[in-house]
Amino acid sequence: MSTQIDKILSQEYTPGFETDIQSDQAPLGLNPDIIRFISKKKDEPEWMLQWRLKAYDKWMKMDEPKWANLSYPLIDYQAISYYSAPKQNINSLDEVDPQILETYKRLGIPLEEQKLLAGVAVDAVFDSVSVITTFSKTLNELGIIFCSISEAIKEHPELVQKYMASVVPMGDNYFACLNATVFTDGTFAYIPKNVKCPMELSTYFRINALNSGQFERTLIIADEGSYVSYNEGCSAPMRDKNQLHAAVVELITLKDAEIKYSTIQNWYPGDKDGKGGIYNFVTKRGKCLGDNSKISWTQVETGAAITWKYPSCMLIGDNSRGEFYSVAITSLAQQADTGSKMIHLGKNTSSTIISKGISAMKGSNAYRGLVKVRPQAYKARNFTQCDSLLIGSECAAHTYPYIDVKNPSAQVEHEATTSKISDEQLFYARTRGLSEEQAISLIVNGFCKEVLNQLPMEFAVEAKALLSLTLEGSVG
Amino acid sequence: MLKIKNLEVSIADKEVIKGLDLEVKAGEVHVVMGLNGTGKSTLLKAISGSYETSSKGKMYFLDEDIIELGADERAVKGVFMSFQNPIEIPGVNTIYFLKTAVNEQRKSRGEEELPSPIFMKELQEKMSFLEIDKSILQRSLNVGFSGGEKKKSEILQMMMLHPKLILLDEIDSGLDIDALKSVAKGINSLLSPQTSLIIVTHYNRLLEYIKADFVHILQEGKIVKTSDASLAKELEEKGYEDVLSSS
Repeated sequence: MSTQIDKILSQEYTPGFETDIQSDQAPLGLNPDIIRFISKKKDEPEWMLQWRLKAYDKWMKMDEPKWANLSYPLIDYQAISYYSAPKQNINSLDEVDPQILETYKRLGIPLEEQKLLAGVAVDAVFDSVSVITTFSKTLNELGIIFCSISEAIKEHPELVQKYMASVVPMGDNYFACLNATVFTDGTFAYIPKNVKCPMELSTYFRINALNSGQFERTLIIADEGSYVSYNEGCSAPMRDKNQLHAAVVELITLKDAEIKYSTIQNWYPGDKDGKGGIYNFVTKRGKCLGDNSKISWTQVETGAAITWKYPSCMLIGDNSRGEFYSVAITSLAQQADTGSKMIHLGKNTSSTIISKGISAMKGSNAYRGLVKVRPQAYKARNFTQCDSLLIGSECAAHTYPYIDVKNPSAQVEHEATTSKISDEQLFYARTRGLSEEQAISLIVNGFCKEVLNQLPMEFAVEAKALLSLTLEGSVG
Repeated sequence: MLKIKNLEVSIADKEVIKGLDLEVKAGEVHVVMGLNGTGKSTLLKAISGSYETSSKGKMYFLDEDIIELGADERAVKGVFMSFQNPIEIPGVNTIYFLKTAVNEQRKSRGEEELPSPIFMKELQEKMSFLEIDKSILQRSLNVGFSGGEKKKSEILQMMMLHPKLILLDEIDSGLDIDALKSVAKGINSLLSPQTSLIIVTHYNRLLEYIKADFVHILQEGKIVKTSDASLAKELEEKGYEDVLSSS
């Protein structure tokens, strides 16, 4: 039985192919000259360069954090190239390298069809420079700004300067600071007052050039009374060398505004011995600045060799609300240390954390969460549910919940379960005619249901397919 | 329908069935009785293709050797087993599970998926026939079900899947008399000259509702006595020791 399972589990990573495109790459290593090179390449204003250099000074004085339940070899930050970009500037879809378009097709996201059928505006990040932006016209009419962060730095410096690093300060943590130093591109969105964005905004990230770290920076601002749903999906080509990914995402909601941020993360996970695969160190944080505002994070994490990620909410406005829904799968030799932080500052603030961790083969999954209620957060409420599902006998699941309550009117609940997919469950489903793969997929989807239900429709379909693929035959 | 010759079955390297012969013809109802630990459940698990069991010997279903087939492949060919303790699957509601099972079996046989309205109509008819509360459809499969609900849900699944060979493992345990009648009604509705049934039970009471053709006594992994339905009654009156020593 278990050999059969291992066979299916260790099958090839599907989106594993590499596009050969001439890239403009920075020499290996990180120093002020490299930062100037990046800034110049991107034709940035002087203030941006100075900001990066300041971040670099801070970063040099910081140490890589070691508290997470992760083990990986030391990263040599001087052996990484911090910039790579496709050469030409592209204005329309026709000018896009057919090979790039083919890459998207093989990943199942034909841009043209997506544009026409799904009504999704796509800001596709290929390597580090945004190649295509669609639907910008429709969005323009509503006053919505949706572009690459590089473009926003040039076109909307007042917004960028006001909000960038206002949620995740430059020196917040080691990886966020590295990102501030060398971030190459990412997404910027601004939703004006009282505008409900009529379509799902979406960016498809993809690591491509060899040895180039991916340092995305995303900033989304929802002005008073506005609403936006943003989808982020990831996939990377097969790679033998570990790649560093250190992204920063900042969300800001003003009074009565709402941001829904959904992620499917499918970076290359490495092989069954842990060789290769992406190191994914991400800082995601949202600030509910205004009263009655809301930020909701939903994530399905199936890829990456190492995941270090804690999407968080700072609930500053009164009655503001933060949500975190997560499915994290670790199979092969993947390791994840992930969870959420909910910081209650305003009155009547509420938060929900639903975390589903699935471990298979030699995967290790840790939930790490912090619920903090400050003295001024009168009547704050939190509900946390944290479930682990184990498949086989070599995997691991850990839970590290931290609760810090400084106001006696707070209500904080924490529930946790650990269960295992049993041979009995599989046998039962198979006697009804389901194959082993279907049976596992059914059980896992049942386990993750509360989280998958939070995803936008098409995204949920994609996520379910990904879950099945990742866990096929994973019971021993 | 089912032909078993010299079957040996082990669970975790312990031999439980030790050379068993059994032939079940189309339309027949067989009852397997025996003391605890004699291999009754193991026999059903071996026929349905459980992970736990490793089998040697010959096992033919509709003239096809099935001993190497997985449980799902056997199910698609028409083998159905009702569990003594139906397994819970949290988060998967009963209706979704049923529909998936029905359609996967159809797909494996190269048939079209059943259109939803037809599926729903059939499901509703069968539920009212079995007197099952509709609320179970939206509840997670077997999670928090009462003993009666679990067993009725097994019979409902069986009726929706239209099997040819039905294996019932202590379907009558933990049922009150009303539920037992509903369950028996469901089983009888499936009996036909093309359907066969193997019932594992400790009690004669189910056989008051279902007419058995043969009753087998299993002892130490072998069938040691076979007779007609009267044997079950005799067992109930006299006990295994008396019945077996007098023969």
